[in-house]
Amino acid sequence: MSDQENYMLKINNLRTSFFTPVGEVKALNNVTFAMKEGDVLGIVGESGSGKSVTSYSLLGLLAYPGKIVGGTIRFNGHEIEKKTEAEMRKIRGDEVSIIFQDPMTSLNPVYTVGNQIVEVIRLHTDKDAAAAQARAKELLELVGINEAEKRLKQYPHELSGGMRQRVMIAIALACEPKLLIADEPTTALDVTIQAQILELMIELKNKLGMSIIMITHDLGIVSNMCEKIAVMYAGKILEYGTVDEIFYTPRHEYTKGLLRSIPNLMDREHKKLVPIEGTPVDMLKPPKGCPFAPRCESCMRICLEHMPEVVHFSDTHYSACWLNQKDEWTKESVEA
Amino acid sequence: MGKYILKRIAMGLTTIFIVITLTFFLMNLIPGGPFMAEKAISAQAQAAMNEKYGLDKPLPVQYKNYLVNLTKGDLGVSVKQRGRDINGIITSKFPVSARLGGASILMALIVGIPLGSIAAINRGKLADNIIIVIATFGIAVPSFVLCTLLMYIFGVKLNLFPTYGLGSLKHYVLPVFALAFYPTAYIARLMRSSMLDVLGQDYIRTAKAKGLSTFVLLFKHALRNAILPVVTYLGPLLAYTLTGSFVVEKIFTIPGLGSEFIGSISGRDYPLIMGTTIFLATLIVTMNVLVDIAYKLIDPRIKLQ
Ligand SMILES: Nc1ncnc2c1ncn2[C@@H]1O[C@H](COP(=O)(O)OP(=O)(O)OP(=O)(O)O)[C@@H](O)[C@H]1O
Ligand code: SF4
Ligand SMILES: [Mg+2]
Repeated sequence: MSDQENYMLKINNLRTSFFTPVGEVKALNNVTFAMKEGDVLGIVGESGSGKSVTSYSLLGLLAYPGKIVGGTIRFNGHEIEKKTEAEMRKIRGDEVSIIFQDPMTSLNPVYTVGNQIVEVIRLHTDKDAAAAQARAKELLELVGINEAEKRLKQYPHELSGGMRQRVMIAIALACEPKLLIADEPTTALDVTIQAQILELMIELKNKLGMSIIMITHDLGIVSNMCEKIAVMYAGKILEYGTVDEIFYTPRHEYTKGLLRSIPNLMDREHKKLVPIEGTPVDMLKPPKGCPFAPRCESCMRICLEHMPEVVHFSDTHYSACWLNQKDEWTKESVEA
Repeated sequence: MGKYILKRIAMGLTTIFIVITLTFFLMNLIPGGPFMAEKAISAQAQAAMNEKYGLDKPLPVQYKNYLVNLTKGDLGVSVKQRGRDINGIITSKFPVSARLGGASILMALIVGIPLGSIAAINRGKLADNIIIVIATFGIAVPSFVLCTLLMYIFGVKLNLFPTYGLGSLKHYVLPVFALAFYPTAYIARLMRSSMLDVLGQDYIRTAKAKGLSTFVLLFKHALRNAILPVVTYLGPLLAYTLTGSFVVEKIFTIPGLGSEFIGSISGRDYPLIMGTTIFLATLIVTMNVLVDIAYKLIDPRIKLQ
């Protein structure tokens, strides 16, 4: 954590809430992580853990009752949380883009594919109509769509799901973003198409040198694609580390639970997160102790009373679990 | 597309043919006849009149004769207006109704669509609540009540607008308002719910993630999708406006086709009943074909078959 300037994205104690009629839903509770240029970060966690809300906060895309209530987001020199809507518009689609989960519904049905790609190019660059059109064609070829000229004139409903997701990727890449957020980009697609899309993303990342945040339920995807993993639960990042650190020396009971649900660690092919027993946390009333406590087999009294502190195991590996501190404590007493 | 239109025209003609047949036989079922009320006419004269207009022949023969004339574009001659031909009555009276109805439809669209959109964009806020109240009022109040209310307040009490005829632009205000109020309210409600639905769609989020301005978001991405239910409503809207104009023309003493139509029924002016009915039915059938084509132009997913 030496050179602060090196980070292209640094999120600190981000808190986001939804102010609903029944109360404040605390969707993010002090989310903290950082990324360097060219990093591929995987965010894993069960449904409702706050993965999408994290990316929407970063892009200023939170829907109405949602608001950032605390923390800082530094991205590429911008103080995101202080930006006005007009300033955010310049960043969205240009410096950061996002690919959404469902390609079937993410394109506007009444405009051609070409129209929807050209639109974002013309918005963020000074290319004229013809140049933007040429760029759109180039992008379709880049994402592996053949007969690009013809596809540009087609409507979304005339394309398959995999093809549409490629179009979404083309839109996201149109202005060569520094950061690409992929929010479960392949969940809606079948396995072969999934693999193709992911391969494409890695290839493009290497070609264009962008950073990627890969949000997924699929530990297989994470282990294949990502360098770092953030494990999210109840609006918190419980553990963060490199792929090897997370897979071979997990330091949080929740992470261990996730990994136990994979029969063979070496077989990293598409392992979906199997739900751990117990119900998720009520985000209206987050517990004062460890959020995972009600479902944790190793839960101790202190876990219910106090929030575990973040403990660093290496430059890249940290987690928040009372067991870590117990280890430290035991080690110290043994050494003494 | 061309094939579809031909098919729709054939279907439309069939519909109109059914309307003609039903109207023809049903109107002859209504007791009375064109010359009944005129007491002064002797039985002999009545018979002569009936013979002159072909009303003495058996119904099937009258029906056949009517159809034959119709294929020549001849709607016949009014039996009450001393020989005026129906084509002439329609061409002279319809423009009046068309101006009134056209202005009303235009107002309903120009006011209703933005109102509904504004309500949706400001969901739950003051503007939304005000628009909902107005729209609910507009849908609940019958047009004849509204007509009399408008006439009383703005015509009689405040003396701002004339209450009869269509002499000047000012004459249009009250009748157009009376005729357009319900559809405006209806369109506002329709537009609100469809806009709310569209604004929650994933592709709107995609558009937003591109960094597009709110203006482009609304007018390019949302409106074209959200307007589809309103386009569908254009058919019923025309039918509503036509029937509504019967009432409004009557109350505001406007010499349009609506007044003729009502007059023709109470006077048993058979050819005029037939003529106006056929004309209005054709109008509505045409509108429905146009709506389908518009729908196809707006939404490329629609296949016209
Ligand atoms: N519009 C909203 N109103 C209220 N609460 C919301 C809203 N959107 C999200 N939340 C809250 O934020 C939490 C996190 O949601 P988020 O969509 O980020 O989950 P996720 O990790 O992306 O899940 P999934 O894997 O299902 O996409 C949810 O548990 C929910 O309580
Ligand atoms: S802090 Fe306690 S409850 Fe939470 S994961 Fe660790 S052991 Fe389990
Ligand atoms: Mg999500």
